[in-house]
Amino acid sequence: MNTNRPFPQEARPMNNSDLVQRSSALPPGADRPQPWGGGPTPPPVRPARRRSLAARMGLSTGGWIGFAMVCLALLVAVFAPWIAPHSVGAIVTPDVFAGFSAKLPLGSDYLGRDMLSRIIYGTRLTVLLALAAALLAAITGTTLGLLAAVAGRAIDETMSRLLDAVTSIPSKMFALMIVAAFGSSLTLLILTAAISYMPGSYRIARSLAVNISALEYVQVARARGESAIYIACVEMLPNMLHPMLTDTGLRFTFVVLLLSGLSFLGLGVQPPYADLGSLVRENIAGLGDGAPVVIMPALAIAILTVGVNLLIDGLPHRGRRKVAPTTDGGH
Amino acid sequence: MNQNIVELIGRRVAVTALTLLIVSIIIFTITNLLPGDAAQAALGQSATPETVAALRLQFGLDQPAYLRYLHWLAGLAHGDFGVSLSNNMPVSELIDGRLPKSLTLAAITTAVSVPIAVSVGILAAVNRESLIDRMVSLGTLSLVATPEFLIATIAVLVFAVKLHWLSALSYSGEIETFDQFLRAYAMPVLTLCAVVIAQMARMTRAAVIEQLGSSYVEMAVLKGASPARVVLLHALPNAIGPIANAIALSLSYLLGGVIVVETIFNYPGLASLMVDAVSNRDFPLVQACTLLFCLGYLVLVLLADLCAIISNPRLRT
Repeated sequence: MNTNRPFPQEARPMNNSDLVQRSSALPPGADRPQPWGGGPTPPPVRPARRRSLAARMGLSTGGWIGFAMVCLALLVAVFAPWIAPHSVGAIVTPDVFAGFSAKLPLGSDYLGRDMLSRIIYGTRLTVLLALAAALLAAITGTTLGLLAAVAGRAIDETMSRLLDAVTSIPSKMFALMIVAAFGSSLTLLILTAAISYMPGSYRIARSLAVNISALEYVQVARARGESAIYIACVEMLPNMLHPMLTDTGLRFTFVVLLLSGLSFLGLGVQPPYADLGSLVRENIAGLGDGAPVVIMPALAIAILTVGVNLLIDGLPHRGRRKVAPTTDGGH
Repeated sequence: MNQNIVELIGRRVAVTALTLLIVSIIIFTITNLLPGDAAQAALGQSATPETVAALRLQFGLDQPAYLRYLHWLAGLAHGDFGVSLSNNMPVSELIDGRLPKSLTLAAITTAVSVPIAVSVGILAAVNRESLIDRMVSLGTLSLVATPEFLIATIAVLVFAVKLHWLSALSYSGEIETFDQFLRAYAMPVLTLCAVVIAQMARMTRAAVIEQLGSSYVEMAVLKGASPARVVLLHALPNAIGPIANAIALSLSYLLGGVIVVETIFNYPGLASLMVDAVSNRDFPLVQACTLLFCLGYLVLVLLADLCAIISNPRLRT
């Protein structure tokens, strides 16, 4: 019956009025009830530009928690060389798997290196890789989705069927297969993750684009005799941007989980580089002795991914894609 | 069963078969794209031009790619997955030993997670916007994004290292008593369940909420049916399709999640076999494992769709 099964919600027609409204200047969430109650409620009468940043973002409480977590992770990633107390490779203590102390806030790893510095640099690499892969997936997915919507039925059908097949390979298996075939350089890891998550992005972009292409202003443009490329880029793309950005955020968390999972298996990022997943792997031997350092890098990953998830869920308009994070989640 | 349903089911099965065929092409292409081929990889450092040539002939690598694909496909149809490159055993024999173990793990996880997840999801949906619902939302949202190895390592630290209830490496040979069974499976199942339940509960909640918002539910409330009756007799039967879908999609997560869990807990399942195969670049084994996992995914999705078709009253006339 429904052939695009893996994404049932996304195939559902979107609320058209909602899409149109997205393009207008009205700040989102301005006059909506706060679903979480506890969130900052925007003052009702003040003009939009005078409103504080908090009110304009319209985040729920969960959203603010997520926002803080994401900011923390991003700051650490950007300013890693300035924050880290020691260099990545420096062996600072003869004590391996040392506990927390004033000198080494997160203890030492299996070689006696400072865990805090390793995690700071690991976060940088993880964020960098995942961001590159998520953007790549989103850009190619959106491009192909637009193409499917404006090009003929045959192209649309072929592409959808083919990408459906790609989605039915669990992303971890797909990544493992590519690593088996080509090895695992950093570029290849980015490409692998991008290819695994591109079909999902394509599916959403296509369903958005198909809905938009039925709207009047697109039909007017078509009647005006505009070219397909003009319609896709100027008329349709701006109206898809907001949901696609949200989706890219979710894809970012999937990529983080995928890549750190691969590194954890020893098949992702290879030494001398170390992302957060490799840090867990390196120190797994300490688990038997109950060394708390093992948990720290895993906790750092969780801060990043849970943060993004909470932030996106806390955005206004959360009703629209409420179940999306779970639909094409971790498989 | 009328003509309509049979036709729908037939078409759905055909689509699955077609997808599986495309998947097999993708798998074969990727594992054969490499310029340096399997013979080279198998011989490693000891490769001389002669031995490579001999091994290529033995593997049939001198034939064109499409012939090899057809040959491989024909083999698959007979249950022949080829011969493992690293230890010269038939792949099907290697898989035979591992598949039941992975299936056991999956079955236990399913049995534990489905009832919990569905009831939590329904509970949250019925008490929408209440404290319970918010806690479930926040909790599941966080769990969904938590890497498995965080849950697994915390479980080991708490249950094995601090409390000494279980041993860190769970699986050790034979399981005879219930106690051994519990020791072997408690932590892997706990880890897998955490994420699966979170996903399933979220999707169940969404499915039930959608039904509760429909006009026939409003009608049932207006005519004075009790809340329990409205949910269980009116809304739930219509949510079976979406819930089945939610269960299938969440369980398909198991297919990926087992990789990390089997590795951490040293559980001898199919996924850890695949990880070893990837490290050894043992392509026949990688192909077979990937194909099996994809088959598992497609079957799950197919079952969910069949559930949706059969439970749809509009098709039952």
